[in-house]
Amino acid sequence: MSLDLNTIWFLLVGVLFTGYAILDGFDLGVGTLHLFSKTDTDRRTLINAIGPVWDGNEVWLVTGGGALFAAFPHVYATVFSGFYLAMILLLFALIFRAVAIEFRSKQPMAWWRHAWDLSFFGGSTLGALLIGVALGNLAWGVPLRADGEFAGSFWTLLKPYPLLTGITTVALFAMHGAIYLGLKTEGALQERIRGWTRPAIIVFVICYAATTVATLLCVPHMTDRIREQPALFLVALVGMLAIANIPREVHHGRDFRAFLSSAAVIVSLLALFGLGMFPNLVYSNPQPAHSWNIHNAASSPRTLRNMLIIAAIGVPLVVTYTVSIYWIFRGKVKLDASSY
Amino acid sequence: MDLLFLSRLQFGLTIAFHYIYPPMSIGLGLILVVMEALWLRTGRELYHRMAHFWTKIFGLTFALGVATGIVMEFQFGTNWAAYSRFVGDVFGSALAAEGIFAFFLESGFLAVLLFGWDKVSRRTHFLATCAVAFGATFSALWIVVANSWQQTPAGFHIVGEGASARAEVTDFWAVVFNPSSMDRLSHVLCGAWQAGAFLVLSVSAYYLLRRRHEEFARASIKIALPVAVLTSMLQLVTGHGSAITVAKYQPAKLAAYEAHYPQSAPGTLWLFGLPDTEGERVRFGLGLPGMLSFLIHGNTTTPVTGLRAFPPQDRPPVKVVFQSYHVMVVLGMALIGISLLGLLGWWRGFLFRSRWLLWAFVFAVLGPQFANQLGWLSAEVGRQPWIVYGLLRTPDGLSRVVTAGMVLTSLILFTLVYLLLLVLFLFLLDRKIKHGPDDLEPRTGGQRA
Ligand code: HDD
Ligand code: HEM
Ligand code: HEM
Repeated sequence: MSLDLNTIWFLLVGVLFTGYAILDGFDLGVGTLHLFSKTDTDRRTLINAIGPVWDGNEVWLVTGGGALFAAFPHVYATVFSGFYLAMILLLFALIFRAVAIEFRSKQPMAWWRHAWDLSFFGGSTLGALLIGVALGNLAWGVPLRADGEFAGSFWTLLKPYPLLTGITTVALFAMHGAIYLGLKTEGALQERIRGWTRPAIIVFVICYAATTVATLLCVPHMTDRIREQPALFLVALVGMLAIANIPREVHHGRDFRAFLSSAAVIVSLLALFGLGMFPNLVYSNPQPAHSWNIHNAASSPRTLRNMLIIAAIGVPLVVTYTVSIYWIFRGKVKLDASSY
Repeated sequence: MDLLFLSRLQFGLTIAFHYIYPPMSIGLGLILVVMEALWLRTGRELYHRMAHFWTKIFGLTFALGVATGIVMEFQFGTNWAAYSRFVGDVFGSALAAEGIFAFFLESGFLAVLLFGWDKVSRRTHFLATCAVAFGATFSALWIVVANSWQQTPAGFHIVGEGASARAEVTDFWAVVFNPSSMDRLSHVLCGAWQAGAFLVLSVSAYYLLRRRHEEFARASIKIALPVAVLTSMLQLVTGHGSAITVAKYQPAKLAAYEAHYPQSAPGTLWLFGLPDTEGERVRFGLGLPGMLSFLIHGNTTTPVTGLRAFPPQDRPPVKVVFQSYHVMVVLGMALIGISLLGLLGWWRGFLFRSRWLLWAFVFAVLGPQFANQLGWLSAEVGRQPWIVYGLLRTPDGLSRVVTAGMVLTSLILFTLVYLLLLVLFLFLLDRKIKHGPDDLEPRTGGQRA
């Protein structure tokens, strides 16, 4: 892999979406787990655990979308128009999640709060599912016409393999969210959350194993690169070790390390995805010749270079803000007058 | 109903709905900076209460801006895929820059603004407020640059032919400073500041009328009114600047603004009227002959290019554009009038007593909202039939694999969900306003343990 501009942008777009998965991943996971908590105070505490950060986390998706548009406009156009109804559903999921957080605790009525709790749960879970299904489809390959346009329909997207990756994503984010909550809560609530973490890990491990087997059996092209360069198997190995490490850290009450491990799992999974896809961005199945790759889908070298300058200025700033916000809001959540 | 119509309707509807909120956030952001600066300097508890109250309103408008903005980010790809392929090289950078430079800044520091009152020192809180206000303004910059490029493209060349043609950047700065971007940015920002200032004026006037929180209301008015006066006057200047740019670079649009048909004749400025597209003239109108030429060229006799210079398929829909443009201008004048009257009242001491003036301020909040919407309507419908002016026609920008049925489905869903959101937004805003500012525990020092 030589590091030309197109490869760099493949990596950078990957970094943005990985950042999104790590950060908004736990927000979505908290949403999925939300309905398991029963009292109003518990539910408010969960929402406020992500209160100050969820919007900034979502910006990783917005910027990832923007970067995809700028660097690989054909991918942005093909995937977003091809997956039309799925994209619209994702948008509604994100809308309902956002307004649920904002609106829920603004009125005292029980029906009001229940409705927004459902909306928070539904939006988060559907969001995670759709993201996973989309990744699964990209891995499996989607039918593309000779002109590169999507040749399927909404139903094309609902094959068993993408559905499996969708469910795996929900489980991954739920586990990630449970671990994050362990970090942000205390006392009896933290004990209850510990009670969810274990089943969440087990469910994820089952899904992970199933996805791995399914990928090896049904989507062999995703593992070709590792077969050619066995050293890359290390990426998968790191993921497995990280998974194995999570129960250990949770058991010792080292929540932060558990969180880092589950973040490492996400990085490893997305890195495997990237290794499997490269140099393609949208793999055409059944006709691989119609695929969009980092060259035929890219913007001009000048734009890629301009964008690299923008990224070089912007990314350090973004990292600085992100770190300082997480630092300011470190520690356990406490509800106060300005909470959601 | 055809795909083109539905997609245009959906784009117009969703962006118009998005655009209800950002102007209020951008405008309130500026006012919050002023309030917190005053708090920091004088240490008066009143300013703290003010900042606290308006922050809560800000949080609400911001949340809706975020929830509806993400739709816009994706919609270029979902509904306008061919357009996205055509402009991606130029336009995508602006969207990505908006994310990196603006949205991260605002969404990150918003957390400190909303939840950080007790977590950081006053000074840090003030800096966070500045960061949010700056970020919101900055996001307007990038998106207006992108939109202006499709109004007056510059700094690019066309590569490829036919369906695979696309624009590629040759000069990044020429893209950013394309002929209309700075005129339009200044106009859009003034419109946003007006939206924020008139919101504060409206709520404060309402409190005075109800004899509640009177000290709070008077102090809020004293901050918002100067902003309103200044930005309303500037709006005339920046709008005039935009009109001249439009005359130069988008003559068909300008001709549609004033329903000016003669191929080359001095232009009439209409105060109001009904354009008659069959007879190619304006009926039941009151016009100032030669004034259009005067405003654009500085004398009443220079000819202005009219719609007859363009074949019918290249003309924008005159009736809509004419009316929306004229109502915007009338609203602009009315806002100048009412804000000056407020200033006079402040000076002469009747501002806080005159009930009719206060009632006028209560309703004036709708002025900037409608003017903002109508301004975009004129600018965007006036660009038709081009999606990228002079380069790509709107029907050629559509997604090729999306069907009318799909867009109808999403359009119905958006309409229902957005109606629900609007009702909820108004309901919560009303509750917050009725509840009024909280009595806070006095804060004298910096950080509280
Ligand atoms: C950066 C791009 C961009 C920005 C900032 C805006 N628009 Fe726009 N608008 C478009 C890019 C665009 C577009 C994608 O290019 C559309 C879709 C169809 C078309 O011709 O242009 C469009 C169409 C469009 C239409 C339909 C016009 C027609 O089909 O006749 C309306 C009413 C608006 N817009 C209104 C707005 C409002 C109220 C905005 C303020 C927030 C706004 N636009 C900002
Ligand atoms: C089609 C054009 C537009 C797109 C694609 C777009 C995209 C977005 C997105 C994705 C967000 C959410 C960011 C987040 O998650 O924090 C957002 C919010 C915002 N947008 Fe837009 N936007 C558009 C038009 C505009 C215009 C014309 C303005 C102002 C002139 C504007 C100003 C803002 C502001 C200030 C916010 C922050 C939320 C708020 O203040 O309410 N946007 N936009
Ligand atoms: C006072 C008299 C005003 C004049 C002469 C004026 C003039 C103009 C012109 C010529 C345009 C079209 C620019 C284009 O097509 O690119 C425009 C657009 C616009 N106007 Fe105004 N305007 C006035 C008042 C207002 C007010 C009061 C507001 C809102 C508070 C407003 C908000 C807008 C917006 C949001 C746009 C679309 C963005 C743009 O193209 O700049 N205008 N205006």
